[in-house]
Amino acid sequence: MKLNKLTMAIAAGAVSLTVSVAQADVNPAVVYDKAGKFDKSFNEAVYNGVKRFTADTGISVREVEPTNDAQVEQGLKKLAKRGSSPIVAVGFSQANAVSAAAQAYPDSKFTLIDMVVPEANVQNVVFRAQEGSFLVGALAAMKSETGTVGYIGAMDIPLLAVFGCGYEQGAKHINANINVLHSFIGSTGAAFANPSKGGEVARSQFESGADVVFAAAGSSGVGVIQTAADMGKLAIGVDSNQNYLQPGTVLTSMVKRVGEAAYQSYAAEQNGTWKPGFVSMGLAEGGVDWALDEHNRGLVTADMEAKVNALKAAIIAGELSVHDYMSDNTCNY
Amino acid sequence: MNRENRITWINRLLLPVLNVLTAFAVTAVVFWLIDVNPLEAAEILLYGAFGYEEGIGYTIYYTTNFIFTGLAVAVAFHAGLFNIGGEGQAYIGGLGAGLAIFMLDPTLGAWLFIPASIIGALLFGALWALIPAYLQAYRGSHIVITTIMFNFLAASLMVYLMVHVLREMGQMTPQSELFPTNAWMPFVHDVAAGMGYSIEASPLNLSVLLALVCAVAVWFFLWQTRWGYAIRATGKNSTAAVYGGIKPKRVIIVAMCISGALAGLVSINELVGYQHRLVMDFHLGYGFGGIAVALMGRNHPVGIIVAALLFGTLYQGGAELAFEMSGVSRDIVVVMQGLVILFCGALEYMYRPWLIRTLAPVAQQISAAGVTV
Repeated sequence: MKLNKLTMAIAAGAVSLTVSVAQADVNPAVVYDKAGKFDKSFNEAVYNGVKRFTADTGISVREVEPTNDAQVEQGLKKLAKRGSSPIVAVGFSQANAVSAAAQAYPDSKFTLIDMVVPEANVQNVVFRAQEGSFLVGALAAMKSETGTVGYIGAMDIPLLAVFGCGYEQGAKHINANINVLHSFIGSTGAAFANPSKGGEVARSQFESGADVVFAAAGSSGVGVIQTAADMGKLAIGVDSNQNYLQPGTVLTSMVKRVGEAAYQSYAAEQNGTWKPGFVSMGLAEGGVDWALDEHNRGLVTADMEAKVNALKAAIIAGELSVHDYMSDNTCNY
Repeated sequence: MNRENRITWINRLLLPVLNVLTAFAVTAVVFWLIDVNPLEAAEILLYGAFGYEEGIGYTIYYTTNFIFTGLAVAVAFHAGLFNIGGEGQAYIGGLGAGLAIFMLDPTLGAWLFIPASIIGALLFGALWALIPAYLQAYRGSHIVITTIMFNFLAASLMVYLMVHVLREMGQMTPQSELFPTNAWMPFVHDVAAGMGYSIEASPLNLSVLLALVCAVAVWFFLWQTRWGYAIRATGKNSTAAVYGGIKPKRVIIVAMCISGALAGLVSINELVGYQHRLVMDFHLGYGFGGIAVALMGRNHPVGIIVAALLFGTLYQGGAELAFEMSGVSRDIVVVMQGLVILFCGALEYMYRPWLIRTLAPVAQQISAAGVTV
C-alpha cells in the first residue's frame, strides 16, 4: 500500500517532487454547494478532482457539504479557523460567504470556482463556458439536417444563459439561418436534478423539429440524453464527458474541468505557486473543451473534426471572439 | 376533571419527551449500524449546538425561524386549517421586506427601516395566504392543495423577479444589491459589544426577540381575545360555531392571513437580520419544518418555542456532526431529523394508551393524598 502510494507520487511527476518538502504545510479543504457532492455533475466533477489529488499525494482533503446558506459561511470560517488552506469553494452561490470568510481570516487562502470576489486572499477561477459552448454549437449546426437545434438550461440564470448564448453563436457561425430553440427545465434549484422533466423538455424540442439538443442542466441532462436515444436524435452532454452515457446518440460533451481547478489550486499551494486574483479558464487553458472519444467517433466525420478544431484554434489565437452573455447581460453579438 | 387533568399532563409533557427519546434511541441504532459511536456523536452534537458562543448563536438563529413558522402553522391549525404553504409565504414575505427597504430613502434611520421591513414581510406573507384562504372559504378549494401549489408559484415568481428585475447588475448569483446598513437588524454580538460584553460573532440577530414577542402575541390572541375564541371554536366544530354567531368563512380568512404573516417574518431573521439582501431559497425547509414544530409543540406557543429549540439544535448540532465526523454525511443528519418528525408527528400518540393505563393508579394515589397534579 505504501509502495503503491510512492509509485503514484513518482508517477505524478514534477508536482510531486516537492511533496516531501511541502507536504506538511498543505491542509486542503473543499466546501461543496448545496446540491451536494454526488450530484453526477458539477460538484461531482470537483469531488473527482479532490479524490485524484488525494490519490496522487496521499493528502486527505477535508470536505464540507452545507445544506443552507448560513452553513456555507460557517463551514468556510470553521475550516479557516482550523488552519485549512487552500479552501476551495464550489459554485457561484458561495461568493458572499467567501468574501466574508476571507475578510475574517486574511491568512487563509480561498479558491472560488465560477465567481469573482475582490479579496487579497482569494483566487477566483472562472470558466469561459461560452467558448466551449460555441464549439459544440458549431458541431450541432454541422450535424443538423433539419436546420433546427436546441438548447436546454436548468433554469433562467445568467450562468446558464452564457452556455446558451455561446451555443447559439457557434451554430449561427456555421449556418446563419439555423433556428436555435431555447428552453428551461424549471425555476428552482430542483431543475438541476429532474431527469424526467429534462426528458419532457427535450421531447418537446425534438417534436418542434430540433435534431440536436445541448443540455446544461446538471443531472437533468441525463434525461435529455435518454430521450435523444429513445427518439433516435442527438444530445450534447455538459460539464463531465457524458459521451459514454448513450454511445452513438451523444454527439459530444461540453467539458468544463472544475475538478482540474480544485486540483490545480491544491497542487499550486504545494509548490508554493498559489496566487490570489483572477484565473480565467477557457479553451486555451484547457478549462473547457469539446469531447471526442470512441463513443462519438462514429458521429463526427473527419471534416467536422477538422472544422471544429480550426474554430478552437481561432478562438485560442484570438482571431474569433465569442460574446460573453455576462459582459452586458444580452446575447447581441 | 381529575382524569381530564391527567390526560392533559400526559399529552403535553410526557408524550413529547418519550417520543423524542424514542427518536434518539432509533438514531443511536442507525449510528451504531454505520459504525459511528452514538455517544461520541451525541457529545459532538450537543457541544456543537451549546458548547461555545458561536454554536449557541447559530442554534438560536435557526430556532428563530422555526418559532415563526411553527406559530404560523399553529394559528391555522387552531382554525382547523392545515397551512402547508409556509415556504411560499416566507419567501414572498422576504419580497415584501426587501421591497419595503428598497422603496425607502437609504439615508433614513433604522427606526424607520426595520419596522417598515417587518410590515412589508407581514403584509406580503398575509397576502400570499389570503388567496388560498379565499378559495377555501368561498370557492371550496382545499387549503392543502392550494397552499402547496402556492409554494411553487412563489418559487417561480421569485425566480422571475430575482433574475430579471431585482438582480444586481454584473452579478451571476440571482440576488439583489445589499440593503443599506441602516436597514440591518442588529446582530446580537454587535449589541452585546455596544454594552461592553464581547461574544463570538454569529448570525444571531434581534429577530429572536421579535419571535418571542410573536409567541406571546399569538398566545394572547388565541386564548384572550374574541377573534381567537372564534378561531378555536371554528377549528373544533365549525357547524357549532355558526350557532355561536361566528362566521367560519371570515375566520378562515383571518386565521390564514395571520398564519401567512407569521411565516413571512422568517425573512426578517434571514434577510434583514443576516444576509442583508434578497437572495434565492433562503426559506427552504423552514416552512415544512414549522409543521413538525407545531405538531410537536401541541400548537401552543410555549411548546412551539421548545420544539423550535430542538430543531435549531438538530440543525446546528447536525451540521457540526457532519463537519467533525467523516462517517456522518449530511444525509444522516436529515435521517435524524426525519426520525424526530416521525415519532413526534406521525406516531405521536403511540405511547398514550399504555401511559394512561400505567399511570392512572399512580395519579389516583397522588390525588387521594390531596396533592393536585
